[in-house]
Amino acid sequence: MPLFAQHEASPGDIDDGRRLFVANCALCHGPDGGSVPGVELGRGKFRMASNDEGLKNIIRKGIPGTAMPPHTFSDFQTGTIVAYMHFMAASSADTTAAGGDPAKGKVIFEGKGGCTNCHRVRGVGSRLGPELTDIGALRRAVELQQSILEPDAEVLPQNRYYRVTLKDGTSVTGRLLNQDAFTVQLLDPHEHLVTYSKVNLAKYAFVEKSTMPSYKGRLSPGELSDVVSYLVSLKGIVNP
Amino acid sequence: MNVRALLLVPAACFLVPIAARSQTAQSPVTFDRIIRADKEPQNWLTYSGGVASQRYSPLTQITPANVKNLELQWIYQAKSLEKFEATALVVDGILYTVQAPNDVIALDAVNGRIYWTYSYTPEPEARPCCGRINRGLAILGDTLFMGTIDAHLIALDAKNGKPLWNTTVAKAASGYAITHAPLIVKDKVIVGTAGGEYGIRGFIAAYDAKTGKEDWRFYTVAGPEDPGHSSWGGDSWKTGGGSIWVTGSYDLALNLTYWGVGNPGPDWNGDPRPGDNLYTNSVVALDADTGKLKWHYQFSPHDEFDYDAVQVPVLVDMDWKDTKGQTKPRKMMFWANRNGLFYAIDRTTGEFLMGKPFVEVNWMNGFDEKGRPMRVPGKVPTAEGTLIFPGNQGGTNWYSPSYSPGTGLFYIPAWVNYSSIYVKTPDDEYSEGRRYAGGLPRSPVPFARSAQNFRKEDEGYGAVLAIDPKTGEKKWEFKMTDVTDAGILTTASNLLFSGGREGYFFALDAKTGAPLWKAAVGGSVASGAMSYAVDGKQYVAVAAGNSLFTFALRQ
Repeated sequence: MPLFAQHEASPGDIDDGRRLFVANCALCHGPDGGSVPGVELGRGKFRMASNDEGLKNIIRKGIPGTAMPPHTFSDFQTGTIVAYMHFMAASSADTTAAGGDPAKGKVIFEGKGGCTNCHRVRGVGSRLGPELTDIGALRRAVELQQSILEPDAEVLPQNRYYRVTLKDGTSVTGRLLNQDAFTVQLLDPHEHLVTYSKVNLAKYAFVEKSTMPSYKGRLSPGELSDVVSYLVSLKGIVNP
Repeated sequence: MNVRALLLVPAACFLVPIAARSQTAQSPVTFDRIIRADKEPQNWLTYSGGVASQRYSPLTQITPANVKNLELQWIYQAKSLEKFEATALVVDGILYTVQAPNDVIALDAVNGRIYWTYSYTPEPEARPCCGRINRGLAILGDTLFMGTIDAHLIALDAKNGKPLWNTTVAKAASGYAITHAPLIVKDKVIVGTAGGEYGIRGFIAAYDAKTGKEDWRFYTVAGPEDPGHSSWGGDSWKTGGGSIWVTGSYDLALNLTYWGVGNPGPDWNGDPRPGDNLYTNSVVALDADTGKLKWHYQFSPHDEFDYDAVQVPVLVDMDWKDTKGQTKPRKMMFWANRNGLFYAIDRTTGEFLMGKPFVEVNWMNGFDEKGRPMRVPGKVPTAEGTLIFPGNQGGTNWYSPSYSPGTGLFYIPAWVNYSSIYVKTPDDEYSEGRRYAGGLPRSPVPFARSAQNFRKEDEGYGAVLAIDPKTGEKKWEFKMTDVTDAGILTTASNLLFSGGREGYFFALDAKTGAPLWKAAVGGSVASGAMSYAVDGKQYVAVAAGNSLFTFALRQ
């Protein structure tokens, strides 16, 4: 497939494309690009376009008479979105992903998986880990599966953990909320919002690895698929 | 005597000291006063506090011992949500500043009460690349001068804010803007034009302070009649950039004015402009009477990393050891450049004396005997992207540095461990007034775009660096966790004031870098602090977020 003709996409291009895709395309097409019937943006399956130029044309001009609107992206921005679609296609091949049963997945999530010890969905569970109420609107099935099996593979900056050691030797590990030259703000294990002054600490540092355990070998392929399917179904709170 | 008169008596008595201060102290700002600004440390008469641009205050009331007793005196909240980058001027108890984009405010420097406001509405065609901002004013006599984002130069009566003249410096619709504070030299007002992302042909020009009539003009992009023109292939000089967006300096004895010049256009793809592209990314020394070029030094020939040499030229007279080991008094210029290197230059001749990295640098690996940087092969923007240190915002940028004659150190607001991936895009066609940049650098580290900061140290952090200018060696470093756009002020009592995106305004010991005091000002400090005094009381003022904060010792 002629990918992003002018140049190979850099990780930065793809990241920019991901941001634009999530903010502008995922609302209708879904984070996996498969929510509009007959179109699989994340698997290189398109209805109208046969090459990158055609795709870019559609992104910019829209498709008259359909729900696909025109956009005011620059040529370069449009290219990053196309690059991200190709990235999705290239990285979705080996996923068992979302063919499971969301209801069963929910039971595992809240039961033997122990996921609510750290994660929260619609008001249930801990606030210490990433909130997952709308994770299905933000992340692709393949990414969710990777996070379950290899939690260290990608930790977004806003999901970083931090450990402070007080001068009496006690240490606290919490979710990093903010930091500066003089202080650090954490959500501590009691879900308290706490500020520490660095002058009062013996040590302070990022926790370098994800605090989430890997579920590789702990869930059967079917259970994994159920959990991923449950997560994919979490699209946020819809206003009544 | 009626009741009204009775009530007025005590009020009038109370007003006497202030009225007396106003009547006795206020006098026109002659050029002689500007040149000798260090003789009246209670005032701050130019953008950088003096024509040598050291951003150094001789005031000593606030000291490392008592700085912990600083407290807020007053806040001016700008009626503007643009970045507040202006450094205020203070003249005999009156503070003048700019509310972005181009409103001028005169305040009582003691209590922040407003005397007058001048509101200016720029042309809708104005399109400054990076914010509708202004960095400050100049004053001469009783006249204030402001450059505007639609590239006008406006003179105002400092007593009442009434406009005296308004000169169109360049065409806003073509991408020209003025964002820096003008520089006064003798009877002239000197400004330059921004617009390096729009294919402008930049220039520095002097205007008669009385009439606004143009006196001389120096093009920062050498045309067919100028020396250096052969450094531009074809017609590329016509859209060569060379923007000016921070204030220059002046040496009275040499009668030279020094200015740092911005990037060539298009920024990130040099193919359309083969050659060194003089005088972009250079310091130029101009005869202040004629605008003729006396010398230049180009920091980053044929730049493709947006390494504007848009920094304040800092002038220092000091003993300097030459290559033969002999130490003699020398007229020096020190320069921490966006390209990551600290430079020492002889400001009489332009001779390159020293260049040393102050942050990680991978685009060059030394200098030839003439001071030209030697490039590292392959470290250029490519279609695939090339990782370059420092990144696009530079090792430093427009944020004012400071030199303290007291400590002998040069202080740099720096971005450390910071890089960009430079991606080159195919040649843009130039179209008047539209962006003409040729690529888009990006961060190798994706960041959450929020007010909170999750950066790790190896992903880039802001710092105040203290450099020994005689050797280029780092003496100390004050680390922040977020990057900084704040300038640096030093004082004769060995204090250093700065801030950053974390939203603190802080004081360090200028000798050691030890933090001594801080105030959470709740917004990014993207300006340089200044200091002044009224009735014997020293103040420190800084813009942060959308407000101007002033501090003084608790009494």
